[in-house]
Amino acid sequence: MKLQTLSEVNVERAARRPVIVVTDTANGDQRLVKAKDIATDPLSADLAKQLRMGKSGMIEAGGKKLFLNVYAPTARLVIVGAVHISQALAPLARSLDYDVTVVDPRTAFASPERFPDVPLVAEWPDVALPPLNIDHYTAFVAVTHDPKIDDPALLHAFAHDCFYIGALGSRKTHAKRAERLKAQGASDADIARIHAPIGLSIGAVSPSEIAVSIMAEITAELRLPRETRKEQAA
Amino acid sequence: MLNRDEDILQAAENWQKAGHGVALATVVETWGSAPRPAGSSLVINDDGTFLGSVSGGCVEGAVVTEALDVIASGQPKMLEFGVADETAWNVGLSCGGTIRVFVEKVGQS
Repeated sequence: MKLQTLSEVNVERAARRPVIVVTDTANGDQRLVKAKDIATDPLSADLAKQLRMGKSGMIEAGGKKLFLNVYAPTARLVIVGAVHISQALAPLARSLDYDVTVVDPRTAFASPERFPDVPLVAEWPDVALPPLNIDHYTAFVAVTHDPKIDDPALLHAFAHDCFYIGALGSRKTHAKRAERLKAQGASDADIARIHAPIGLSIGAVSPSEIAVSIMAEITAELRLPRETRKEQAA
Repeated sequence: MLNRDEDILQAAENWQKAGHGVALATVVETWGSAPRPAGSSLVINDDGTFLGSVSGGCVEGAVVTEALDVIASGQPKMLEFGVADETAWNVGLSCGGTIRVFVEKVGQS
């Protein structure tokens, strides 16, 4: 691997941008494909598939055996609300290799006793969220049930390219929330991005079961192609 | 796999810039039960210092030895390890899988 290729890979990774190194294993010839160039690459279908799965692997193309080494950023989960569900959600997400951050201005909730080993930010969303640099590899959930906290958090999420946004609350609660958010400038497209009621419909009752349903929904959003998700929802 | 091999590639770059000969060994294919998925990597410098892993520790020693050759020659190599392999008695994978590891020099022109 050329030093320049390695340096570029490291720059892209530090910036949390996915990058794929394509190696001809017969002779070591190599090239680097940045995320923004995948769509126009001759191998675009293979590259897009491997990237979506976050998986490296061999392919055959044009009579050559090529190794696609995928460097995808670590997925993150931002949980707004240090509530009972979050106590189950944070460790579950970590076991799935997510970097987890919990945000809640209420210090009685956001306490290290309740969230051992989880990064906690006991600030309001307007202070807590900007430094987190929410990006395309971030899943975002708002679970406080308190509009004073959830609403500004969701507005922040709309302004950023997270791959998943979920909010706790029944259909009725969500309808009211949609009206409040629209009054604050959210578009219909923004509202449509919210998964609410949050999580896959698996009859979850306990906080741990709800956590499972949320992580299952986030996993589907991360891994399934968009068309498949639409079919399942239909 | 969500990538947790962050600092390995940074170490490779740092070692190379500090004047070390450096090789990168990457799992490119696996069959059966293999301990680390494709894309897992090990970096080795000319002191024999290494970081990362390509197996659960079963074949790292052999990979490091081969990597020192690659650093010296500059020629990439494909290594294969598995129980069906003749070398299995020496450095096979106890889990019964087979892996192929691509070893290349960092800083090749």
